[in-house]
Amino acid sequence: MQPRTWLAGLAVVASLAVPVYAAAQQAGGILRVYHRGNPPSASIHEEATYDTTRPYMGVFNNLVMFDQTKTVESLDTIVPDLATSWSWDSSKTKLTFQLQKGVKWHDGKPFTAKDVQCTWDLLQGKAKAKLRKNPRKIWYWNLKETKADNDHQVTFHLGQPQPAFLALLASGYSPVYPCHVAPKTMRTAPIGTGPFKFVELKQNESIKFVKNDNYWKKGLPYLDGQQFTIIKSRATRVLGFVADEFDMTHPNDISIPLLKDVNEKKPDAVCYTYPTNISLNMIVNRDKAPFDNADVRLAMAYAVDRDAMIKILFNGEGAKGGVMLPPPNGVWGMPPKVLSKVPGYGDKAADIKKGQELMKKAGFGPDNRLSIVVKTRNVASYRDPAVILIDQLKSIYIDGTLETIENSNWFSTIAKKDYMVGMNLTGLAVDDPDVALFENYACGSQRNYTGYCNEELMTLFKKQSSMSDQAARKKLVWEIDAKIQEDVARPMIAHYNAATCLQPRVQGFVRKVNGSYSDWRMEKVWLKQ
Amino acid sequence: MASYVIRRTLLMILTLIGLSIVIFAMLRLVPGNIADILFDAAGFIDPAEKAQLEEELGLADPIPLQYWYWISGLLQGDLGFSYVSELPTYDEIAPRVPITAKLALLALFFSVAFGLPLGVISAVNQNSKLDYALRVVSLSGLSLPSFWLALLILMAFVSWFGSIPIYTNPPDNLLDELLLYAIPAAAVGFRSSALIMRLTRSSMLEVMRQDYIRTAKAKGASDNSVNYTHALSNAVLPVVTIIGIEAAFLIGGLIVTETVFNIPGVARFLVEAIQWRDYPIVQNLVMLIGVVTVLTNFLVDLLYVALDPRIKYE
Repeated sequence: MQPRTWLAGLAVVASLAVPVYAAAQQAGGILRVYHRGNPPSASIHEEATYDTTRPYMGVFNNLVMFDQTKTVESLDTIVPDLATSWSWDSSKTKLTFQLQKGVKWHDGKPFTAKDVQCTWDLLQGKAKAKLRKNPRKIWYWNLKETKADNDHQVTFHLGQPQPAFLALLASGYSPVYPCHVAPKTMRTAPIGTGPFKFVELKQNESIKFVKNDNYWKKGLPYLDGQQFTIIKSRATRVLGFVADEFDMTHPNDISIPLLKDVNEKKPDAVCYTYPTNISLNMIVNRDKAPFDNADVRLAMAYAVDRDAMIKILFNGEGAKGGVMLPPPNGVWGMPPKVLSKVPGYGDKAADIKKGQELMKKAGFGPDNRLSIVVKTRNVASYRDPAVILIDQLKSIYIDGTLETIENSNWFSTIAKKDYMVGMNLTGLAVDDPDVALFENYACGSQRNYTGYCNEELMTLFKKQSSMSDQAARKKLVWEIDAKIQEDVARPMIAHYNAATCLQPRVQGFVRKVNGSYSDWRMEKVWLKQ
Repeated sequence: MASYVIRRTLLMILTLIGLSIVIFAMLRLVPGNIADILFDAAGFIDPAEKAQLEEELGLADPIPLQYWYWISGLLQGDLGFSYVSELPTYDEIAPRVPITAKLALLALFFSVAFGLPLGVISAVNQNSKLDYALRVVSLSGLSLPSFWLALLILMAFVSWFGSIPIYTNPPDNLLDELLLYAIPAAAVGFRSSALIMRLTRSSMLEVMRQDYIRTAKAKGASDNSVNYTHALSNAVLPVVTIIGIEAAFLIGGLIVTETVFNIPGVARFLVEAIQWRDYPIVQNLVMLIGVVTVLTNFLVDLLYVALDPRIKYE
């Protein structure tokens, strides 16, 4: 063979081995992000805030994930991650995953199916090691057993069919943990298989991640690392973004009123103004008179002027809906035609009249007004809607006073049922009814703050969960959602939007339109040099 | 003098013991503990898990026993572990002390470097236009909220220079460090310098009315000699007291500045730790601030002896 031919052949072989970046993507650079406060810990499984998922999601992989290049998270956009493929058995109660081979944890140890088994045993409380907190234990109400069939195959054994089980596994809240690392270490110095390795957390200062050079997805990540600067003062951090000190804001940190300022001062910023899938809702203590009276609760649902709330608080950037995020962004929410039939979502003047009638029936009226205390967290995003709520309740003869509760006492106040009415925010980890319904309305769920328990509805929860016909499932979910609203279990007020902004040099990032917790793997994000 | 030093030392120890009891008790009286905060971040409270966490952290022990564990550890140099980061408390606090110390010293330097001479100038030129202008400046220093001033500085930098003087990475060298801390130090020092200026002015005016000043002038002493050698050296005693108080205040009082300029010092860390009910951090940091305060006051008292030979401690 001629030397030139030999060399050309060598060049071809070499090019196949070396990852070739597409013409657009450029490797290199540290993504600089600001973070609004210390994460409570690094352990995604033990927290329920994107203060943890945003920085740490890049450390891990899931079995499957929502496609990071798509704007919607749904069963249709789930792609392989540590699993190469999956299949259901004929009974649809066994979900088997074939796993990637040759994957290593950041400490060099090999990833196997045992790690998957360990993770879900940990989540179900079956492992020897224990999590300090387990906010999503209810997600696995239907999981009987997780079994490592061999080193590269794992099977989840369910009690009944549950197609959306895949969506739970795809959530940013469902990373695979290593068997050989204790939960305590995962809270402080997590080990994953993901595109970024944890370097250090300096409380109140920064969190640093460096590229995983041995990442099993060849050619990724494009970034050399991520650096999060912790800045408590919102004014300071937004000014920092405007001054180009940061490439990206914290998720949803730019409220709609602030967005105007950001756009004026930094017109080239790319801002995604999308639903956060966090809802404003009212909690009502059904055990305390007169709220044990269904008429009083229903009257309150009629009195809430959701359009006004959305206009005042979010400059109109929000949507009315039930439990599920409404369309067009939400996959499962009731469409306007269905929603308009739900108490409180019709014509406002007529609704207020209905509310007044119900209050009179309950013995209240213009000469016998009901005095209540509305409790909420001492945080602006809770206080402001609570103030407006108090004003709106006046129309149905309810006079409220606001009592703010310090953050540390909020959940114990609710757990002790030491409230009449409260203003609350609820984030949904995944835009799926299996998450929304079981977490917030299932009998005995830890995050069912009002203690609402309707056994008939529980049966429907499980029924919709088992349905494989997603169109039929949707109709049933609407029925359930409407019933929950009629029951005034936790009246929904608004699903609101907020913005996440990037500098124009940040490329490859896609923000989801129906979720805030699964966008942050960052393996395909790159910086235009 | 020796007996004075011994007495003051004993008093300092008693003060610190009292402080330890007060801070320990106050933390436990405030509603909520670390377990509540950690569960708050998880969006729920599980009473059984919470009780287990409290047991793990020693919060279920009797209060006197908790106090004893803390104090005996402190006296042996064992500061315990942060409830939040689970790292040694010393490792969390130690790197932050020099940051706040540098910021505080720089702020003190600005406040003395501007406050003292401007106070003298104002006093010497009493009721002139210059005096009125300086008094307006000092009034604004005392009136402007430091949070507002700090934010205004940041907004001005962003609007005019397109950059923002906040802490995002540790500075590489001394010059970078000085540049980084100069602006927040100036923002804090502005208020302190106003206070020092006003006090210096009133103290100088009082001293300048004394007979010996008139005598010095009559004997042909120069203005500088009269103002600085004769007048200021006597007028400075009350100012030294204020400087001492301000120095002690600065250690814990830089919270607003550290928050707005994002400086990872002890003041901001202390407030975070209080919000998180991170008892080991709060207790040990407050004790540190207490030690600095009592020592500073003691040094100020000793300084009096150096400044005024008439003062004798027995």
